[in-house]
Order: sequence, then C-alpha cells, then structure tokens
Amino acid sequence: MVGRNPKIVAFCCEESGMPAYEHALSLGLALPEGLKIVALPCGGKAETGYILEALDKGADAVMIFACYEGNCKYVQGNIRAEKRVNYLRERLGKIGLPPDKIVFCPVAPASGARFAEMVQNEVEVLREHT
Amino acid sequence: MIIAEQKPIEEILEMLALHKKILLAGCGACVTVCQAGGEKEVGVLASQIRMARKEAGNPIEIIETTLTRQCEPEFMEEARDVMNEVEAVLSIACGIGVQLMAQTFYDKPAYPGLNTKFLGLPEEHGVFTERCAACGDCVLHLTGGICPVARCSKSLLNGPCGGSQNGKCEIDPDLDCAWQLIYDRLKALGKLDNLEKIIPPKKWSTSRDGGPRKIVREDLRI
Repeated sequence: MVGRNPKIVAFCCEESGMPAYEHALSLGLALPEGLKIVALPCGGKAETGYILEALDKGADAVMIFACYEGNCKYVQGNIRAEKRVNYLRERLGKIGLPPDKIVFCPVAPASGARFAEMVQNEVEVLREHT
Repeated sequence: MIIAEQKPIEEILEMLALHKKILLAGCGACVTVCQAGGEKEVGVLASQIRMARKEAGNPIEIIETTLTRQCEPEFMEEARDVMNEVEAVLSIACGIGVQLMAQTFYDKPAYPGLNTKFLGLPEEHGVFTERCAACGDCVLHLTGGICPVARCSKSLLNGPCGGSQNGKCEIDPDLDCAWQLIYDRLKALGKLDNLEKIIPPKKWSTSRDGGPRKIVREDLRI
C-alpha cells in the first residue's frame, strides 16, 4: 500500500540525473518528501541488484536517471541501464507486481523541470495502484 | 564452461512454497561467468523471491551466500554453519552443485534454481553457444578445432550433409554449418587433406550413451 508520501529511490547519473536534480532544487520545484537520491558515476552502474534490493527493502518505486542515447560519457552506460530496467520490469511482472515500479528516465543536465515532472508522474502512477 | 539459465520464477516459487527460511547459494565459477548463478544473481533472485512471497502474504527469510565453487566438497564447508539455520537450500549452481549440496547436507532438501543447459562459451557479451558435447573421444585435432559432435546438428563425423547451403545448416538456418566452418579452418591451416581421411563410426560408449562416467586417477589418490 503506497502512502501519501511514496518512497522513491532515484539512482542519478552524475553527468545528467544529479545536475537535473540540483537544477530542480535551485528552481524551488516541488519534489516528493519520500524521494531518496543515490548518485552514481553513470546510469550504467545501476546494477540489477541495487534496483531490486531497493524495492525489496521498502521503496515503492525506483527511477534511474541517465543520459539520453548518444550522450553517455561512458559510451553505452545509459543503454545498459535501460536494458536492465526492461529486464527487471519483466521480472516484476512475473511475480505479480506492476512493472512501472521501475522506470528509466533519460534526462539532460539542465532539465530540472523535466526531472521534477518525471518524479511527480511516478508518484501519480504509484497512487493509482492503491 | 557450463552454461545455465535461471528456471522460471513460478517453478522456483512452487519448490519453496512450504519453506519459511532458506539458504540461496550461488557459485563463483561457471554460472558467475554466464551470469545465471553468481553473487549478483543471488541478490537479484533473493529480492525477487522475497517480494513475491510478501505479495502473497507468506513471507520467507532468505540467507544469501555464494560459494567459491559448488562442485568440490571442500567448498561445501563454506555453507556448513548456515545450513543449520535453514530448512532447505536453493542452489543456483549447475546441476553438479545442486547434487553436491544434497549429498553433503543430507537432511536438507536442495532445490535447483537453474536449468543446466550445455558446455559452451560466450560468443559475445550475453550470447552463449554450445561447443562441447563431452563425448569422451575428442576429434578436434582432425577437424581444425571445430567440434562436429556439438556443432553439427546431425553430429556427422564426415560431413557436410547435402543440406549445407551457403554455410548454413538445413536443420536450423540460423546455425553455421559446422562442416563449412571445419572446411574453412582446415583450408586456412593448409590441412584440407584431413577431409580425405574417413573418421570411423563414433564410439558413443565413451559419451553419456555409455552410462554415468567415472575417472579414477590412482596417481592422485591419497
């Protein structure tokens, strides 16, 4: 059951997700109370184990913020991250959990508004499940 | 190496249905390399099982471990202490590891979390293909290092068959014709005359067809 403040773990690439998050903060945009930010050197470092462990330990959703295709500093980290997300979404579906508890979010560094919008969208999605 | 892949989660959950506390044991050898049963996969599968059981209102406690290898008795000792605390073990080693678990910890059920598929190698990251059939009578010296038993759909020893077309197999058009590969390699080695030598009918008795196999090395026995 998702409460008023769903717990969302956001794995943020230092090249895109983190600057976008910081931009959202600097703009004073509303971000959910239950949002927990985990910085990673690249979206590709978001291991399948990290994502599932976060859900297993009580997160309502996990979001991976990474660079747009073609922009990854480490060439294919973002592509690997997206593939892992798709793989895990399928695994969630097989145990009867909504796949949209894990979301891949390509974002540009100066997109604080987009960052905030995606997080709020996920909150709405989670509330629909209750 | 041994290539395996995880069983469908429904099958795994059914095996564990009556248990409340288990050990999930990975293996640091082949199944780590083929990313089916290593430490990472232990973590992922443990989380998935816990979440599934929580969702079903029947929580389960899972102790996670990854043994150096599950195919040698010495390494089973790594799990001895924790086995006293659990009702069963879900092993995501290959079939050998599951069996050694069952043999070593005789009073605890040992369940297989993987299907052991074949002996092979990674052609590229994430793509594994069969290369050896463990037939017990290797002919790779005659076929340029390409195994006709494992890689030819018909296991022909004196191929190709008439169905080889454009380097592809008639049984599976996505498969390279093993005998085309053998021809190409022998040509590169300047050993096409090997193809003029008839390989006699295979002694399948050295393969699994001859029953469970055993090797005894008296020079190694203590």
